[in-house]
This record gives sequence, C-alpha cells and structure tokens, in this order.
Amino acid sequence: MEDNKSPIMDRIAEANKAATTGIDAKDIKNWITIHIMGKAYKVPADLTILTAMEYAGYKFVRGVGCRQGFCGACATVFRKKGDYKLQTGMACQTRAEDGMYLVQIPFTPAEKAIYDITKEPYEASIFIKYYPEVTRCVSCNTCTKACPQDLEVMDYVQAAIRGDFDSLSDVSFDCIQCGLCAMRCPAEIVQYHVAQLGRRMFGRYGQGVPDHLRKRVKEITEGKFNEEMDKITSCSTEELRKIYTEREKEPE
Amino acid sequence: MAELKYIEGYPENIRKEIDKVAKTRDKRIDYTPPAMTMKERDEVLRIHPDYAPGGKREIQVGPNKGNLAPNEVADLLEAYPLIDQDEVNLSQVDYDTDILIIGGGLAGTSAALWANDSGIATERILLTNKLRHGDANSIMAEGGTQAADREVDSITKHYIDTIGGGHFENKPDVARALVEDAPLIMKWLCELGAIFDREENGDLAEKLAGGISVKRMHSCRDYTGLEEFRVLRDEFRTREIPYLEHYPAIELLTDGERVTGAVLWNLETGEYKIVKAKATIIATGGYGRLHIRGFPTTNHYGATFDGVVLSYRVGAKLRDIDAVQYHPTGAAYPIQIVGYLLTEKLRGSGAQPVNADGEAFVYPLEPRDVEASAIIRECYVRNKGIITPTGLRGVWLDTPLIEIKNGKGYIEKAFPGMIRMYKRYDIDIRKDPVLVFPTLHYQNGGIETDPSGRTNVDGLWVAGEVSGGVHGKNRLMGNSTLDCLVFGRRAGMSTAEYVKSHGDESKISLEHVKKYVKNLEQAGVKRTRRAPIILPDYRGKAALARMIDVF
Repeated sequence: MEDNKSPIMDRIAEANKAATTGIDAKDIKNWITIHIMGKAYKVPADLTILTAMEYAGYKFVRGVGCRQGFCGACATVFRKKGDYKLQTGMACQTRAEDGMYLVQIPFTPAEKAIYDITKEPYEASIFIKYYPEVTRCVSCNTCTKACPQDLEVMDYVQAAIRGDFDSLSDVSFDCIQCGLCAMRCPAEIVQYHVAQLGRRMFGRYGQGVPDHLRKRVKEITEGKFNEEMDKITSCSTEELRKIYTEREKEPE
Repeated sequence: MAELKYIEGYPENIRKEIDKVAKTRDKRIDYTPPAMTMKERDEVLRIHPDYAPGGKREIQVGPNKGNLAPNEVADLLEAYPLIDQDEVNLSQVDYDTDILIIGGGLAGTSAALWANDSGIATERILLTNKLRHGDANSIMAEGGTQAADREVDSITKHYIDTIGGGHFENKPDVARALVEDAPLIMKWLCELGAIFDREENGDLAEKLAGGISVKRMHSCRDYTGLEEFRVLRDEFRTREIPYLEHYPAIELLTDGERVTGAVLWNLETGEYKIVKAKATIIATGGYGRLHIRGFPTTNHYGATFDGVVLSYRVGAKLRDIDAVQYHPTGAAYPIQIVGYLLTEKLRGSGAQPVNADGEAFVYPLEPRDVEASAIIRECYVRNKGIITPTGLRGVWLDTPLIEIKNGKGYIEKAFPGMIRMYKRYDIDIRKDPVLVFPTLHYQNGGIETDPSGRTNVDGLWVAGEVSGGVHGKNRLMGNSTLDCLVFGRRAGMSTAEYVKSHGDESKISLEHVKKYVKNLEQAGVKRTRRAPIILPDYRGKAALARMIDVF
C-alpha cells in the first residue's frame, strides 16, 4: 500500500458512485418514462420516485426527509399507465415505473389537539373530547387503502371509538404520520393524530413505569453508584483496559 | 446484455449463492465465531476507512488547527461563508428570544421541553429546523436506547462498555453523565407515554448489542427513535412551543465574545431572518451526507455538518473529529436501498454475518468499527464477498437464523420496518438472507462540551451527534438516542439557569465571520468552497450540465 492511497477505499468509492454523487447517464442501460406533475422525463429504470425526480433535475427542499421510509415527508399520489386506481406511497420507498403519473403531497393541513395527558382519564371519552370527528367514520376503509405502511388504519380508528387503547397502539404503531390517510378520509378524520393520542395514553397508563426502572432511578438519586463511579472515572487507561477486557458477558 | 431473471427478489446467479448459506445454516445455529482479541482487533482495523491511508488531512485554521480531520470535513471547515456581512441588515430583529434551539431531533426537542420545565416560558423558546420538525437521524434510530436499569446491571458496567467501545478516549465527565442519567431518561419517556417492548410481566424487554456486556438495549420494535421522537414532538406541540420549519441557520451571531443569536434562511423563498437570543443550543446532528470516503450513508437528507461549521467560526473547540463511524451492516442490495441501515438489533437477535462460502467469519457483536472492518476484509482482501449486479460487494446477513433462535413470528413482531423495506423488492428476510456492507453512519466526535452541554464559547451549548467526547472514537449502539435525550435535557436545564441571570442588552454582529474569513485568506485557502452546504445534491449529471439560472 502506498502512503497516501488505499486501493480498497478507491474501489469502494467507485462502486458506490451512483448513490453518493448523482447518476451519470452513461452508466445506465435501462430507461423508463415518468410524468412528474404531467411533464414527461426519461429516467433510469432502477430508481425510487424520489431518486428518479432527482435524476430529472429536482433538488428537493420539500417532500424529502430521511429518504428511508421513517419520516413521512415524501407522501406521493400516483396513477400507473392504463390503471384507473389512484395510488399512494412514499417517494423514497416506491419504485418508479414506466408510464407513472405522480405528484407529491409534502404537507397535510390538519389540526392537532392540545391536551395534557397527565390530567386525562384513561377511557374512550378522550377521543370524543379531542377528536369528536372520529364518530363520523363510515367504515369505508379508504384510509387503510391509502396507508403506505399497509396499516389497518380503519381498525385502529374503530379501536379508538371502543376505547381499546392496547389494540389501537398495536395496530397503529408503525405509523410514520405522513398524512395520506387524513387526506383521503371522506369523514375528515385526522387518523394519525388520533393514534398518537391513543398511544401516549396506552404508554403512560396501559404500560406505565415498571418497578425495576423505578427502583434503579431511586438508587441513582440516593447515590448508590457514586463511590464506584468516582473510582472508575479516575482509573488510568491501562486499568480501564484491563477491567474492560476481563469483564464478564451476560449470555444471550 | 440479456435481462436478469429474478427469483423471489434475487437475480438467478445470486439465488444460487443463497443455497450455500442455507446449507451451512444448521451447523451455524450453535456456532458463534469467538470475539477477537485486542491484537486481532488492531490488525483488522487497519483496513477500516478511518485508518486506511489517504482519508484525512490537518485542519489549516481555527481552534483545532493542526488536528487531523477527514478530507470532506476539513473542506467544510476551510470554506467561506454563504453571506457577506454587508449583505445582512442586523438592525431589524425578527425574533427576540431567551433560548434559540437550532435543530429539532431528539436533542433539540428535549432541550425545549426541559428548558420549559425549568421555568422558561414557552414563548421565550424558539426551535428552528432545516427541514420539518423531526426530519432528523433521531427518528431513523431502529435498534434502541441503552439504560442500566436491571438488577444485574449497573451504571458502572454501562460506563465501562461505553469507554471500551470508544477506545478509552471518551471524555470521562460527559460519559459519566450519559450513563448516570440513562434510567432517569427511560422513566421520563415511559411517563410521557412512549411504548417500549415489554416482557410478559411488564418489565422492559432488554437485549444485547455490539460491545455491550449486559442486556440493556431497550427498543420499540425497530422504530425506537421514531417512537421516542413522536412522543416528544406531541408533547412539544401540546405545550405550543414556537418553532420554525424549513429555516436552517446559516450563521451564528455574537457580541464579540458571546453567541447572541443566529441568521436563519427560508429554504423556499430565500428570505433571511435575524434571531436574537440569550442562549443558543446547537442540535443539528451529524454529517452522513458528506459521503466521507465515498461511502453511502444511513443518514437523513439534512445531515450536512452545518452546526459544527457555524460553531467553529465562533471559536468552538472540537474533539475526536477524526473518528467516523461506519455501520457494519448497510444494505448492499437492491440498488434502491444501498447504504440503508440494517439495525444491529438483527445481530443482537441472532442474525450472523456469513461469507460467500457459507462460513460465519466474525463474532456478530464486535464494536462497530471492528465488525465493519471484518466485513470489508471478507469482501476486498479475502475475496469471499458476493458481487451484486451493479458491482457492489457484500456479505450475507443470515436473517432466517433469528426465527430459528427466537421462534416463528419473531421477525414480524420485532422488525416490521425491515420486513416492509425488503418486501417492496420481493425479498422475504424470514426466508432468505440479505446482502450487507458497511455504510457511513455516525459522527463520533464534534464540539467539545462540559456535562451540561456547554461549549468553550459563552452563550453556546450543543447536544446530540453534533457534540464530541461522550463516545470517544466510536459510539456504541443505543448510546446515540440516549446522548440526544441526556444532553438535550441537560442543555435545556443549563440554558434555563443561564438566561435567568443574563439580560438582553447584548449586541449582535457578524464580526467573527469577518475574522474567520481573514484567517482563511491568511492560510491561503482558495475561495472555491462555501459552507454550510445545507443540503446535498443528487441531481442527475445530464440535467445539471444543462442548467441555467435565469431568475
């Protein structure tokens, strides 16, 4: 190996070029055409909607966040060629397909209720109090069909109405709060806000603080570990290395 | 070239390779390669991107002049500002606040909540975000949060694991704060209503992870950061604390010595806003989008190092800025998800790295730098990796082992995010392994602080990934969300104390920027680079080549 070079690093960088610097047309074999808000663009075949739009020349300041399906910033509505269905997805998680027509919905106008969960009773009435529109649910299931996470959205709205916090939390847990359910709901329910309230109530009252955690916090407050910590933080690196190397590992 | 034929998500030739993994699986159920000795670790670390030659240089200007930094980092520290002092009118203040928080991930959001809890009125706090509130690496944390809250565990054990993982270079006082506050943070989250994985008796379910000696990893399926964050954001909005979105900070303001606010910039309209503040907390996260050494990244779109760039110009000292964390297991296939995170919790739950011959070649829970190096060695030195259709190399992460060890249905329950990500490309991680290769994950170092998050510059606090010291040269899994929550809290409380004893008579100016520019000129830095870069650029080369600006 030369002093200032690392052939391995160069090979790794070269192999990852497309993901780190933008795509060069000469590296692409297969192409498709997509229609971004009605305008046609020829883009490489193996891209997501997000990266296809970037290839086309968009530099995002809206409608993009984590790029990996967690943040809900890149909600997108699209139709495929020859299909009557209006579909939804996250731009970063949906493959661009030939003939797709699409538009992003980077923002959902929605009201979040103001509440203090420490002062609310753990019962169904909380949903009627803060989100009375949940009772307008007509069980059409459009929210479920719109969910890019494939959650059973209507089921958790029904769980909210019943006051079943446990089931609401379980069914809604993977929600990324993109807002597509609320945008499609004919009853104008803001499902993801309803779920957020329900989950916090379940976390606080249904699960609570376990005894072992309460006990440990008390021990720390009382200074149980102070002496031990004083000692260990004043150890030399050599001593620490020894303690580290000899420490026991809890079996799996 | 003929079209590739795909069988359940994999091209035919790779499908054949999978058979080799399946064949040795039975033998590997009860076999785990031994953990490396310290000597073996040192040996393999030589091909880690952080130690392989050619990646770093000395910083030419500022408080850390002469220290080594990755080239991409040095480039941004040695860059000219976006705005000229004379272009900005500082006489019109748009927001006058007590505490300005820049960056709204877990760290910034908890800082706001704890400042409020410490007696600062909501309207005296302002949180500004480059993108939306919560577009941050925090929400992408899959694996968990460490806290020593089981009877068999102790704060001391958590401390030892943390500094061993950090190569004994951690700053002891902040590392101590991290582990001592951890159980308290867990209790706070439970009380706010965060839903953690539980045992049947209601105890918190806890797992092992790389470099950790006792089970203390708390998780929320594989959406840990998301769950923690959305609970905090809900509480934040419920208290109606003021916040701005799509308003990155492009420069800090000072009165000559103290930080006294910032210049914000409307990402959509280009208009700037002046914020005057008694105390400023930087919680802008890390630098994955700098693609150090050409690696793909697990980081969100806005992870561009802005907070360090601005703080460095006001004189904030950095530490351990040379240490970059590469997560051992980023996706290497399919091309659409290259670099995305495959949580360490997968290995914590029994998934093994396996080479092209179907051999388990490394202890699955080495510290991240060691594990990453072992995978690079397998692919590029021993040539026992798998080559993908786009020319990337990777090794297998044998996910089906998880259900053999934990029972059927476990993956669906514990890793819904992973199942979903691969299902979109017709791959079932319960049946087939996945291809992995290290990916740029975390900024280990950053701005130095005391245990309250205070920097060496008066009026300036930092919290979260932007800070340095707590993780030494290498962060352990489960210590990043914890870092954000612990030091967000401490910075919130500390700034609350500070502003009570400081009036708002101080001046705002950009004099420090002028000085910094002078330093750059004296050092002979050419005017080719400007920073902060705010967002990366992935536009297609063909489109860029024909772009003209006519407005």
